[in-house]
Amino acid sequence: MGVYQRNLSLTGEPPKSLNTGQKLFTAIGWAGMAILLMAAFNVNFPNKTLWLSLSLGAISAGIIGFAWASYKDKSAGIKNDGVWFKSISGRGIWAWLAILSLSGFYVLLYFYPQYLGLVEEGENKGVIALFDPLSKLLNGGPASQWFVYGTLYTIAILSFGIKFIWKYRHNSYEVIRTTSVMFFQTAFAFIIPEIMTRLNQPYYDFKNIWPLNYDLFNGYKLQEFISHGSFGVAMLIFGVLSILVITPILTYKYGKRWYCSWVCGCGGLAETAGDSFRQLSNKKQYAWKIERWVIHSVVVFAVVMTTAVVYSFLKGNESASSIGSWNDFQDKVVFIGAQEDKPVHEVVLAAQSAGAQRVIYLDRSDATEPLSLKDTSGIEIPFDVVKAADNGQGITQVQEGKQATLLPMDRSQADIFIEKGTQSVIYDNLWLSKELFIWLVVGLLTLVFGFAFIFRREQLAKDAKIGAIAYFVIVIGILLYTYTDNSSRLFFFESWKLNQFYGFLIGAVFSGVIGTGFYPIFGNRVWCRFGCPMAAILGFQQRLFSRFRITTNGGQCISCGNCSTYCEMGIDVRAYAQKGENIVRSSCVGCGICSAVCPRGVLNLENGPLEGRINSESVLLGQDPDLMALLSQNKD
Amino acid sequence: MKHIVIIGNGIAGVTAARHIRKLSDHRITIISGETDYFFSRTALMYVYMGHMKFKHTQPYENWFWKKNRLELVKAWVKRVNVDQKEVLLEQGQTISYDQLVLATGSIPNKFGWPGEDLDGVQGLVSKMDLELLEKNAPDNSTCKRAVIIGGGLIGVELAEMLLTRKIPVTFLIREKYFWDGVLPAPDAQLISQHIKLHHVDLRHEEELDEILDNGSGRVHAITTKKGERIDCDFVGLCAGVRPQINFLKDSGIETNRGILVDRFLQTNVPDVYAIGDCAEQREPVGERKAVEAVWYTGRMMGETLAQNLCGNPTAWNPGHWFNSAKFMDIEYQTYGWVWNKPKEGNAHYHWKEKDSNRAITIEYHLATRKFVGINTFMIRLQHKQFDQWLSNGATVDEVIRNLDLAGFDPEFYKKPFEAIKKDFINQSQDSVLSH
Repeated sequence: MGVYQRNLSLTGEPPKSLNTGQKLFTAIGWAGMAILLMAAFNVNFPNKTLWLSLSLGAISAGIIGFAWASYKDKSAGIKNDGVWFKSISGRGIWAWLAILSLSGFYVLLYFYPQYLGLVEEGENKGVIALFDPLSKLLNGGPASQWFVYGTLYTIAILSFGIKFIWKYRHNSYEVIRTTSVMFFQTAFAFIIPEIMTRLNQPYYDFKNIWPLNYDLFNGYKLQEFISHGSFGVAMLIFGVLSILVITPILTYKYGKRWYCSWVCGCGGLAETAGDSFRQLSNKKQYAWKIERWVIHSVVVFAVVMTTAVVYSFLKGNESASSIGSWNDFQDKVVFIGAQEDKPVHEVVLAAQSAGAQRVIYLDRSDATEPLSLKDTSGIEIPFDVVKAADNGQGITQVQEGKQATLLPMDRSQADIFIEKGTQSVIYDNLWLSKELFIWLVVGLLTLVFGFAFIFRREQLAKDAKIGAIAYFVIVIGILLYTYTDNSSRLFFFESWKLNQFYGFLIGAVFSGVIGTGFYPIFGNRVWCRFGCPMAAILGFQQRLFSRFRITTNGGQCISCGNCSTYCEMGIDVRAYAQKGENIVRSSCVGCGICSAVCPRGVLNLENGPLEGRINSESVLLGQDPDLMALLSQNKD
Repeated sequence: MKHIVIIGNGIAGVTAARHIRKLSDHRITIISGETDYFFSRTALMYVYMGHMKFKHTQPYENWFWKKNRLELVKAWVKRVNVDQKEVLLEQGQTISYDQLVLATGSIPNKFGWPGEDLDGVQGLVSKMDLELLEKNAPDNSTCKRAVIIGGGLIGVELAEMLLTRKIPVTFLIREKYFWDGVLPAPDAQLISQHIKLHHVDLRHEEELDEILDNGSGRVHAITTKKGERIDCDFVGLCAGVRPQINFLKDSGIETNRGILVDRFLQTNVPDVYAIGDCAEQREPVGERKAVEAVWYTGRMMGETLAQNLCGNPTAWNPGHWFNSAKFMDIEYQTYGWVWNKPKEGNAHYHWKEKDSNRAITIEYHLATRKFVGINTFMIRLQHKQFDQWLSNGATVDEVIRNLDLAGFDPEFYKKPFEAIKKDFINQSQDSVLSH
């Protein structure tokens, strides 16, 4: 085979060659990209609104037009002709060039946004400046690299979504599912958060659930929510309910597909722009083994990191009334919050006696006038009042030992400048104490672990049991050890370092640079399959506690392998189908493509009763008497 | 521990091997000259079309064979010596066996057409055929036109394959409509129309007369029985297949069209068995043919034989007939028997959706109204449900009333079952009125 194939690939012949329409629209799309590139190289476009519209319009038109030229003359049905012959989808030279430019873009985006033209203080330059008009229209402020990324991301999902719908127009499931991801990206990820920013509310993409949204419970985010009054608190509660209540219920009813291939933004990009690369996922058994260890390690990391950051947020969460000379506040900045036990000036005196450098009062109320001390006699250290809502970022920076500037509530006073390396403590009376929080975490983990081991023991593979026990013992062990150790650093590291490391390794490198940048080599779901902690949690629920399964149709499978080849999650679907077994796998995102490409109508995505869902001793129809039943009898 | 040697690593031989391993610790050797490892023959077309690479057609990873102690020998078998209980390979080695399983499959039919052995003339059954096709028809400058002979499943697949490389295809079919020896006329017409829609030059009631040599041993045209000459660079012979049994000549193993076997899949020679496409039943089962070149049959025979070889004598007794295929974009499934013309005492009920390819044909017994079988196009139906109905002797009315129980289309598909029900009742009333 190989020999002839090499002869074959002389020049673009059908089915890998492009027709005139495809060439034309490719050119239009690239013209749009060229404008962005020129902007990136600091060509200053005079009328930014016009050129931005031209660029984004040309990119969208190029993609949609390409789809039109590709499918207009083809009847409705599967369109995988030449997938493995084409350079871009068959790991050819274009695929390698694509991963270089895509992952290069991600490196700039995450680590060097200045090269995209980001200017923190002052006018943006380059390609980010080009997006300023659109950003101002939506959220009232100048663009950031994230705004540029969000816009391009949405355009990709919308344009490639239209292409996908065209390609699968005969398949209602695919059409409706794709419409759903297009909607959630545009409305929930793109427009609503921008508008909320404009309305001076916290930026929140409601469908971006922790732990995929790993920063949701980070200190600055919590500050932001809490300081936005009841609306902010409602958002925070929604964030907690999303993962603890909404997610399990929906996954129980429909499988993880409700999220991964209907709602999620990462999934949305994978299913639309990434559709041409789904066949590249690795189907080998070793890949499955690696996948199980890596993705579950990421979810453990996410849990550990989040526990640590929340703990450190709650760390000073004691009433300021408890402050006394027994505290060691030498040269520290002490933040205090409202409490009703002691007058504030006495608290300040107590902090002073414990060696505090200064005391800052965090105002979380709606008051417009700053609180003033009733009695200032004896107070020698500075005392300031700041609005927590205005200083979320600054407070986090202080906590992390970075240099920071805080805005006093009384604007007539000078800004408060905190030097780098200054230590701080927070005595801010929130309803959740750090003790209670730790026990909640321990309780929740034990509950999940206990459920799996008591009710689903027989469904866990040996390595799953070993992994689960090991992780459970280690995590709970370290948690309790470091907690009682009084070093106040859970898991040995300072929480912000854990958070930073997670953000770098998982948030940027794994999900972005590799997860999306490597689509054309490893397939479109590398991140979702190997890295996403949300997918791991949903997968756990799906495998052990869900009505979802893919059923197979009696004895009709011909082992052709289309299903396995086009499974973006690298599931060897055929291995189940040819045995007549249902497919119940953690990683299945329910995209429905295995069912679509099956030439014999063997696979179907279904929700049904838990009983009999996993039928590994299933019967392949067609025999009389039932030989498979005989087979299992003989084995005993 | 006996040594079981299996000739052929297709679905029949490999299924037998896997099931023997599940049931026993016998030594198992699989011999094949075609490929190193088992692949799905039905998927060869997808390799040419670029949907898959050849490795994707292999259902088991390469470590599977060693792990399950299935010894693989890549060689062609020259002869079988049943007296010595030996298999002689082309390269000269011999392998001795305690029990021998012949699972050698099919080769394309040739009917002695003039020019049938010219370069550029081939069938499509084996991996070698696929490689040859890449040589004969890699693109539309090498192959300016292809002619396909014979209106069966492989013919329509080959047409679909060649179209992906934009090679113009002329398709000669002896019948009035595609596959109408098997499909009832409305079903056959539906497929014929669909093939034409894909710009295939489909010629009904037309046969190959002669394949013409370009002077250097290569095809350059054909003539038809009606006397037309069609220039072409490629001829696909798809007029069915026949068992591959040449190497058994004078072996003492009795053959007819295929290797003759009894109900226990044993040949006339003790300890020699035959399964899959190459086997011919001395007494065919029910309405089934003596030679059944069908994937599912090969698989099920492999399952049955494994029982036989592992001390659990089991007669070949396949359940209700089922099959499936895909004609370009049209999926087809069948359960039970639907004949191209209703058997005596039977009738056909046909339904087709307007402006779509969704259709069914049901055969049922007129007097008892017993359901006999169904053809379904672009409506996926459940094997299990029909198996039950056939076993329970359900009536056509019961089946149509409950068709939605058998639905297997993806979620959100518009269900056709209410429309079918209504149409069926209307038609029954019409026929009552007209009596």
